[in-house]
Amino acid sequence: MSQVSDREKAEFRQQVGAWMQANRPADPGFLLPQSFMEVGSEQQLDFLREWQHKVWSAGYLGMAWPRQYGGQGQDPVYQSIADQEMRRHGVPICFNVIGLGWAGPLINDIGTEAEKARYLKGILSGEDIWCQGFSEPDHGSDLGSAQLRARREGDEYVLNGTKIWTTMGNFAKYMILLARTNPQVERKYDGLSFFLAPMQVPGIDPRPIRKLTGEYGFTETFFTDARIPASCLMGEEGQGWKIAMRTLQYERGAEAGAAGGLAFVRIAIDDMIAELADVERDGEPALQDPAVRDHVVQMIMEEKAVVLCDRRAAIQALTTDYPFSLPLSNKLRFTESTRRMRQMAINLQGADGGLYVGDTAARQGGFWQRAYLNSFSATIGGGTSQVQANIIAEHILGLPK
Amino acid sequence: MSVIGNTALEFTDDQAMVMDVARSFCAGRSPLERVRGLLESDLGYDPAVWGEMVDMGWPGMALPEEVGGSGLGVSAAVPVCEAMGRSLLGGPLLATLLAGQLLLRASAGGAGSAVLEAIAAGAPATIALLDGADWGSEQIRCELGSDGILHGVKQQVMEAAAAEWLVVVAQEQGKPVLAVVPAAAIAPEARRDHVLIDATRRAQAVDFSGIQVAGDAVLRGPEVVRALRDVRLLGALLLAAEAGGSAASCLDTTVEYLKTRTQFGKLIGSYQALKHPCVEILMALDATRSFVYHAATVVSDAPLDEDAEIACRMAKAQATETLKYAGDRAVQFHGGMGFTWDCDAQLYVRRAQWVQQAFGDAQHHRKRLARLLLDR
Repeated sequence: MSQVSDREKAEFRQQVGAWMQANRPADPGFLLPQSFMEVGSEQQLDFLREWQHKVWSAGYLGMAWPRQYGGQGQDPVYQSIADQEMRRHGVPICFNVIGLGWAGPLINDIGTEAEKARYLKGILSGEDIWCQGFSEPDHGSDLGSAQLRARREGDEYVLNGTKIWTTMGNFAKYMILLARTNPQVERKYDGLSFFLAPMQVPGIDPRPIRKLTGEYGFTETFFTDARIPASCLMGEEGQGWKIAMRTLQYERGAEAGAAGGLAFVRIAIDDMIAELADVERDGEPALQDPAVRDHVVQMIMEEKAVVLCDRRAAIQALTTDYPFSLPLSNKLRFTESTRRMRQMAINLQGADGGLYVGDTAARQGGFWQRAYLNSFSATIGGGTSQVQANIIAEHILGLPK
Repeated sequence: MSVIGNTALEFTDDQAMVMDVARSFCAGRSPLERVRGLLESDLGYDPAVWGEMVDMGWPGMALPEEVGGSGLGVSAAVPVCEAMGRSLLGGPLLATLLAGQLLLRASAGGAGSAVLEAIAAGAPATIALLDGADWGSEQIRCELGSDGILHGVKQQVMEAAAAEWLVVVAQEQGKPVLAVVPAAAIAPEARRDHVLIDATRRAQAVDFSGIQVAGDAVLRGPEVVRALRDVRLLGALLLAAEAGGSAASCLDTTVEYLKTRTQFGKLIGSYQALKHPCVEILMALDATRSFVYHAATVVSDAPLDEDAEIACRMAKAQATETLKYAGDRAVQFHGGMGFTWDCDAQLYVRRAQWVQQAFGDAQHHRKRLARLLLDR
């Protein structure tokens, strides 16, 4: 439980809110990424790196991390408040998400002193970009089957194989890497190990993947006899699966150990309604068209349902039928609703809906078109909606496999 | 201001207690074979079960203690209606609760309190609301003349045969009034039994023409206008709760079948074409319960504010669509069995068609929501 008084929290909220208000960057003149998975150019990277550094320097990032490693050593509730204020003021993301939300908290939790001293500060300052090497081309949703081989040779491990969907793989200095050190085990999970691997070594070749948006953000990362120091192994050989699963818990925010900062810019239904205020259809404002109105109200209800389901999930007496239904369906509900809303925003633009990023007449620079295309990263990544539906059907409703 | 607006959702200990009692009572008194036993009966419900509901104080649960009620407020009725919906338990409770709310909210000066006392003591009551088929119409055709005599036919008066008191919505020189009519004042030939698609409920068309209403049995004034508006919203909420309950047991019925029926050597529940719609129903059900209990959080005995109006309309719009989909798929997924009277899917799909209309369908509510959310 937090020991911070309500008055202290309110004062801090006001202070951080004022800072965000005063320091919110001006429109850079190019489209900024809405999530850390969309950093596709040096221009975007430089901008976001500068912003994260500024937030950290002001003391609003890594607030609950130890002081000697660049943090503030404060109660995590402060970071939660800072995150809420960042969201409320619509500031850019803190882009180094794999470092801030995955690698950093993990190192804080179970890393050695040497690892903490070496890695944590660079994560917060934005100097050291981190990426994640879990998924492989042949094992999209099935991490336990990872095949990238790490073979011990003296003081080194020799890496061979391929990782895919490596976010910012072409910019990253380090990777959290799940690799197979022992192919001869009974349970496939027991042969996996976890590494804090350097990216700038011979034999590691991150090739940017061009997304359906036309932009970049991920790489396919090839490892060919790449040698990394044996000291990069985290924990012991064979503990990889356990450690990888542990990293997932930090997604729950500052209270769970994450450094904080926004990982993505939330696009709300209000943004779409505001965007449509001057759009016409059949010579009338689109928002006066009965069919459009009906559709918009349905989308408002979808978004509101996400919030209300979250509220209800906290009330045990109202979740007795299928106790895990709400937490397990949250991703499916949220990501599908988001995708539909962005699609609708394009539908309603009339001829402008056919324009794209790069056309000077595109509404908001093609923001909605790009946002819709990017929304598939959430309905596919982290388990496709169809796999999610199978999981819910089998684990919640008890339907057969 | 965000269009998402108020998202309060609380559940009181009182509500939790009521929910526990209601769920076990309804499950015990209304297993599906008893529901089926009542489908073709005249009354449509078991008077002994109604008697037990009266003993538990349910007709007066949302009425204040001054008239003999429990003072729990209308939010406490929400889990009861949900539990009744889950067990397809019919009877006059829902109509009585709404008639009580209408009188309570319309009687500023204490008029109608004798009837409220009767309701709290267990006298079934109902509202004679509809003149035609349009739930969204504000036009009232039934008229109260200057001589105190009613003229007009009311349609689909819920549980009219059971009601001891009927609250008739009429107009007097163009202004809405409520006329409280005892059942005995209505001649048998003035009543016509409807045949409802949902055979678990009953309703009548009632011709009130020629009935003389006593002066102290008429409620007038701005409170009546407000009370009518509020009770339409509360009707939407209570039916949303009921529909949500029905959708939950409908899904259970379908899922149970998919776990036991084998075709082509496999349990049919393993096919994704059947699995995924069940997940959609579950998620719609989750949304329904969230909207319903959010609405239950923001309504009160006071005149309903805009947040409450939005919440009740969303609850009904969501619940209606959920039960429609759940019932529709229940029939389809039961295959040939689903086409039969003996398959329980028919109970849900038929209820869905009735409840989607009552107190306004989804499109009606979304149309009103659009005004509230987009025109400010």
